[in-house]
Amino acid sequence: MTEEVDTGRRHFLTVATVATGAVGAAFVAVPFLASWRPSARAKAMGAPVEVDVSKLEPGAMLKVEWRGKAIYVVSRTPQMLEAIKGHDDRLRDPGSNESEQPAFAKNPARALKPEYLVVAGVCTHLGCAPLDKFTPGDATVSADWPGGFFCPCHGSKFDLSGRVFKDVPAPTNLVVPPYRYLSDTRILIGAETGNG
Amino acid sequence: MMASTNQTARTEGGRIKALVAWIDDRFPMTKLWKEQASEYYAPKNMNFWYYFGSLAMLVLVLQILTGIFLTMNYKPSAAEAFGSVEYIMRDVDWGWLIRYMHSTGASFFFIVVYLHMFRALLYGSYQKPRELLWIFGMLIYFALMAEGFFGYLLPWGNMSYWGAQVIVSLFGAIPYVGDSLTEWIRGDFYISDVTLNRFFALHVIAIPFALVFLVIAHLMALHEVGSNNPDGVEIKKVKGPDGIPLDGIAFHPYYTVKDMVGVGVFLILFCLVIFFGPTMGGYFLEHANFEPANALQTPPHIAPVWYYTPFYAILRSVPNKPLGAALMGVAVVLFVFLPWLDRSKVKSIRYRGPLSKFFITAFAISFLALGYLGMQPVTPTYTMAARVFATVYFAFFLLMPWYTSIDKTKPVPTRVTYHAH
Repeated sequence: MTEEVDTGRRHFLTVATVATGAVGAAFVAVPFLASWRPSARAKAMGAPVEVDVSKLEPGAMLKVEWRGKAIYVVSRTPQMLEAIKGHDDRLRDPGSNESEQPAFAKNPARALKPEYLVVAGVCTHLGCAPLDKFTPGDATVSADWPGGFFCPCHGSKFDLSGRVFKDVPAPTNLVVPPYRYLSDTRILIGAETGNG
Repeated sequence: MMASTNQTARTEGGRIKALVAWIDDRFPMTKLWKEQASEYYAPKNMNFWYYFGSLAMLVLVLQILTGIFLTMNYKPSAAEAFGSVEYIMRDVDWGWLIRYMHSTGASFFFIVVYLHMFRALLYGSYQKPRELLWIFGMLIYFALMAEGFFGYLLPWGNMSYWGAQVIVSLFGAIPYVGDSLTEWIRGDFYISDVTLNRFFALHVIAIPFALVFLVIAHLMALHEVGSNNPDGVEIKKVKGPDGIPLDGIAFHPYYTVKDMVGVGVFLILFCLVIFFGPTMGGYFLEHANFEPANALQTPPHIAPVWYYTPFYAILRSVPNKPLGAALMGVAVVLFVFLPWLDRSKVKSIRYRGPLSKFFITAFAISFLALGYLGMQPVTPTYTMAARVFATVYFAFFLLMPWYTSIDKTKPVPTRVTYHAH
C-alpha cells in the first residue's frame, strides 16, 4: 500500500456519485413537475354541458361556458348560410384539413345541422374571444366583409363557419367542440356520445 | 489584544470599536464594507446615467416591502382575489397607499431598468471584461418580466385574465408539445383558480428569490471588474503608487451621497404619480382591469402594460403564429448577445463613429415607436408601421458586427474626461 492518492479511483468515485445524484434529482423532479398538471378535480369539472336553443332567434348567437371557455352557438339564417360560400380563395383552410373539429364538422358549414353553428369562442391565435360581426360589409371590419367573427386582439378574421381568412395571425379555423343533439333543440356540448 | 480592548472600552467610542472587533473576528463585516463600499473605487466621471442602478435597488426594496404587506390582506383565489384587492383599497388603513406604491413601483422598476440598460448601450458597458455582468443583468431583466407578468394576474381583473390568456397561449405556438405545455402551465383547461394560485406562489416566492440572488451576483461581478464610465476607459490601467486608480474615488462616501440626491428626485416623481395619477391614464393600471375577470368576454381592446408593448407590437406585426411568437422571443433575448455582436474597439458612444450613433438612435426611436404601437388597436397602417420599426429593431442587433467593425472611431484618452468642480 502506497501513501499516494489514487486519483483515478477518486475521479471515478466523483463521477459515479455525481451521476447517481443527478439521476436521483431527475426522479425527484417528476412529482413536482407533475403536480402542475390539471388535478383530478379540474378534470372532473370539464364535464359536458347542455344547451337549449329553442329560444334562440334566427341570426342570433348565445354563449355557453364549457371548460371555462365560451362556446358560441349561432342560429344561422339561409342568408348567413349563403354567405359562407364563394370566398374559399380568401380562406387559409377552407376544407378544414389543418383545423380541429369532430369528423362530422369537416364540411363548409362545419356543423352537424347547418342552421346551428357550434364553435369555441377562442381565437386560435392567442385565445381571445372573437366578436360577432355578422353584418356583411361591417364598417368596423372591411367593405368586402361577408360576415363572420373578428378578433379584437390581433385582428384575426373568421367567416360564418369559423373558417380563418388569409393574412391574419390566427393559423387555423375556430375549434368545433365535440357535441351532439339530445333532441331537436337541445345540444350536449363536450361529448359526441352519451348524456353527459 | 484583550488588554488594549479593555483599556479603550472605558469610552463609548471604544466600546463600539470593541464590538466591531468582536464581530470582525467572527464575520467579515468590516472587510465586506471596505471591499464593497469604502474602498471600492468607482470612476470619478460617472454622470446622470449612473443613477439608475442604485434606483433599481431602491425600487426592488420598495416592491418587496410593499409586497409583503399586500400579501397580508390579499386572497389568491378566483372567488376572492378581485374583492380582496378592493378591500385593500377601501377598508384597510393606508391599504390604498401600499397597493399604489406596489403597482406604481412596477412601472417605475421598468422605467429605471430600461434607462439603466440604455446607459450600458451608450457606453458599451457590456463589452469585455463585463460580459457576465451584462448577462446577470439580462437575467434580472427576464426575471423582472416574469415577475411583472405573474403579478399582473393577481388582481383578477378582466385585463389580468385576458393578458394571462394571451401570454400563456404563446407557448401553444411551440410545435408538438404546445398544447400540453399550455395546459401544464395553467393546471387547467383555462386560466382558472388553479392558475391564479400558482402564479401567486411564483410571484411572491420563486421569482423574488431568484431576483435577489441575481442582484447579488450582478453586484459581485460589478465589483470584481469595476464600473465602466462615460469615456469607456479602464481606470484600473492607471494606478497611483498606493495601488488606487488615479481616476477612481471611493464609492462611499462620494457615490452614496450622489445617489442619495438621485433617490430624493426619484421619490418626488414617484410620490407625484402615487398621489396624483396612480393609473397614469390607463398606462400603469389599465382601465379594463377595474372590472372582474370574465372568461366569456374579452375586453374590446387588449394590450399588455406599457413595458411589454415593444415586444407585443413585434408579435402581432407577424401574420403567422409560431413565427410571431418566435420573433418576439428573439427580440427579447438578442440583448444577451451584445458583447459578441459588438466588434468595436472602443466602448463609449463618445468615441464611436457616425454609423454606431445612427444605429443606436434608430434603435431607441424604434423601441419607443413599437412601445406606442403595441398599445394601439390593430389597423393596417399601424401593422405596417410596426413591421418597419421591427425591421429597424432587428437591424440594430444583426447588422452590429458589420457597422461596428467598419465604423470610424476617435482615439480614446488614457484618462477619463473630468473637470473639477
